[in-house]
Amino acid sequence: MKASYLQAAPLALILGAFLLLPMVALIVVSFFDYDSVQIIPGFVLTNYQDVLGSSVTWRTYLNTLRFTAIVWAVTLLVGFWVSFYLAFVVRSRVTQLVLFLVCTIPFLTSNIIRMISWVPFLGREGLLNTALLRLGLIRSPLEFLLFSDFAVVLAYVHLYTLFMVTPIFNTMMRIDRRFIEAAIDGGARPWQVIAYVVVPLSKPGIAIGSIFVVTLVMGDFITVRLMSGGQSASVGLMIANQISLLQYPAACANAVVLLAVVLLMIATILRIVDIRKEL
Amino acid sequence: MTTSPLGRRRLLQTAGLAASGTVTGFPTVWAHNVKNVTLRQFGTGVSNLNAIAEKVKQDLGFTLQMTALDTDAVTQKAVTQPNSYEIADIEYFVTKKVFPTGVLQPMDTKRIKLFDQIVPIFTTGKLTPASQVAQGTAPNTVAFVESKTSTKFATHPTEWATLIPTIYNADTLGIRPDLVGRPIRNWKDLVDPAFKGKTAILNIPGIGIMDAAMVMESLGTMKYVDKGNMTRPEIDKTVAFLIETKKSGQFRAFWKTFDESVNLMASGEVVIQSMWSPAVAAVRSRSIPCTYQPLAEGYRAWAGGLGIAKHLSGIELDAAYEYINWYLSGWVGAYLNRQGYYSAVLETAQKFMTPDEWGYWIEGKPAQADIKSPEGKVMEKAGAVRDGGSFYERMGHVACWNSVMTEDRYMVQKWNEFIAA
Repeated sequence: MKASYLQAAPLALILGAFLLLPMVALIVVSFFDYDSVQIIPGFVLTNYQDVLGSSVTWRTYLNTLRFTAIVWAVTLLVGFWVSFYLAFVVRSRVTQLVLFLVCTIPFLTSNIIRMISWVPFLGREGLLNTALLRLGLIRSPLEFLLFSDFAVVLAYVHLYTLFMVTPIFNTMMRIDRRFIEAAIDGGARPWQVIAYVVVPLSKPGIAIGSIFVVTLVMGDFITVRLMSGGQSASVGLMIANQISLLQYPAACANAVVLLAVVLLMIATILRIVDIRKEL
Repeated sequence: MTTSPLGRRRLLQTAGLAASGTVTGFPTVWAHNVKNVTLRQFGTGVSNLNAIAEKVKQDLGFTLQMTALDTDAVTQKAVTQPNSYEIADIEYFVTKKVFPTGVLQPMDTKRIKLFDQIVPIFTTGKLTPASQVAQGTAPNTVAFVESKTSTKFATHPTEWATLIPTIYNADTLGIRPDLVGRPIRNWKDLVDPAFKGKTAILNIPGIGIMDAAMVMESLGTMKYVDKGNMTRPEIDKTVAFLIETKKSGQFRAFWKTFDESVNLMASGEVVIQSMWSPAVAAVRSRSIPCTYQPLAEGYRAWAGGLGIAKHLSGIELDAAYEYINWYLSGWVGAYLNRQGYYSAVLETAQKFMTPDEWGYWIEGKPAQADIKSPEGKVMEKAGAVRDGGSFYERMGHVACWNSVMTEDRYMVQKWNEFIAA
């Protein structure tokens, strides 16, 4: 046997046992029938009919896609400029490193604690509302700050901007500085340097960051539930609800559909940017 | 009151008696063997407490292993992993789903010593001879089966019990008396426009929809044949009402877990909402006023009990009966009563409570001294009176029991529409 097969074997085994097999089980169960206490092996299409035929599913997907689009746009904008600042404006390596570590601060506490601490900050009697009231900027507390779509997007952006910053910063650091000098020498204005040199050369980083953000937001359920106060729906939440009601086959069918949608989105991103070619 | 020599001696006698009936040889042999017995129990967090397992080891000598799960997971484990437990600590409405699958064995009520002293809610369904049986899955409707081998529920008490009751309570709305600004008397106050954006209901479909039904009946817009077993048109109307209310901005949030409801109330985001009694206690323990408000239309109640797995026999089965007899004998009952729940045999629990504790928790009298939780934390100051009053005032006003509907699957679909709306 060739050595290369042996080298690839450990990862192949792990992926086969812990990714591929569960995935196969997921697909198989999605065709099973169920009642209120157990799943019944069989081959029925009712789970898919329920998923695809219900207007709730479509509305929920639309809502999830809307969240994804908004979060993607905001994290891309914020992430790009943070990376740009780190890569091109900050000169010292040490400062770069320190500032990059600052970006990871949101991850120093657990996800749940972070989200729960938004309540005393954004709540009706929270810090922000109290401060604005005291300053006389508002007359009554801003209700939309918490348990709203705004709150959901805010939490996502807070959480996932780092996933944009890291890959973009990484690709920007690999950009040969002489290209930029050449562009400036050739008479390009600053915005032209960014638009025609930096952005095209950062595309692989942008693509990788986008994949992170899109998959994370599409699959999330806990952020939506806590930040919207249970008032907004997402696909992940729908699946979580079905699991808690023991409707495993329905949850599996839903998961298969979600998987297909996310894979399609990733394929589209990879279609636009060939990561391997440009890395 | 944690050590009571008298109670313990009686229990040891009980152990000997039960053993001599079924095991050949001497009780001492049984007592020796039983030490090697391990009973695995699972159920919801309310009653699967380590303190109980420790006391079992001390009083009965065998090991009780507990697993605490949420209600949905409990149902699933009961049905799909029948060999993974000996004792099922489940709710009565869950029994309606679980028992017909044949994973539990009917219990011989003659072997339950205090069976005759169990609160009649669980046998005849009537707290007092004059009371009405409430709507929903009333415990007495799923408490007995027809014979030792039957899985069919009996309409009247028989010798074969599905569960032996252990814990129950009456649920209502929790309010912030300092923020609502007016007396709260009815379920319909939950949808009063005065509290727009300051109310919440729980997002557990089977229970949430019944709270909604209580509200609709209180408004006078609906009259249900049985709130605990709605027809499709009734579900449609109830969900339409919920969606309309949601769109008008009445709700601040929907909660799913205990701590979420505590945070909503304590932070003042919500001033009136569905709540569970320990959550009210948790808000109050932060020195924030919170009332478990009795309402004119009555309470939504729930109850749980212990069942024995089908696969049990011999010494393990004896130990299981022993354990259940011990459960009713007072120590656990007092422990649960002091947490604000009710125990199945009140008389025995009384012996393990101080007269002041009994007066406060069961009789609805003002506390003479500070009322402490079983862990010794002060729950209420002297002079406090329990919300809703005495046991009879609270359990006597149950409008509906937690339940499983025939149209369960349809209801869940509609509920998801409401959440996604």
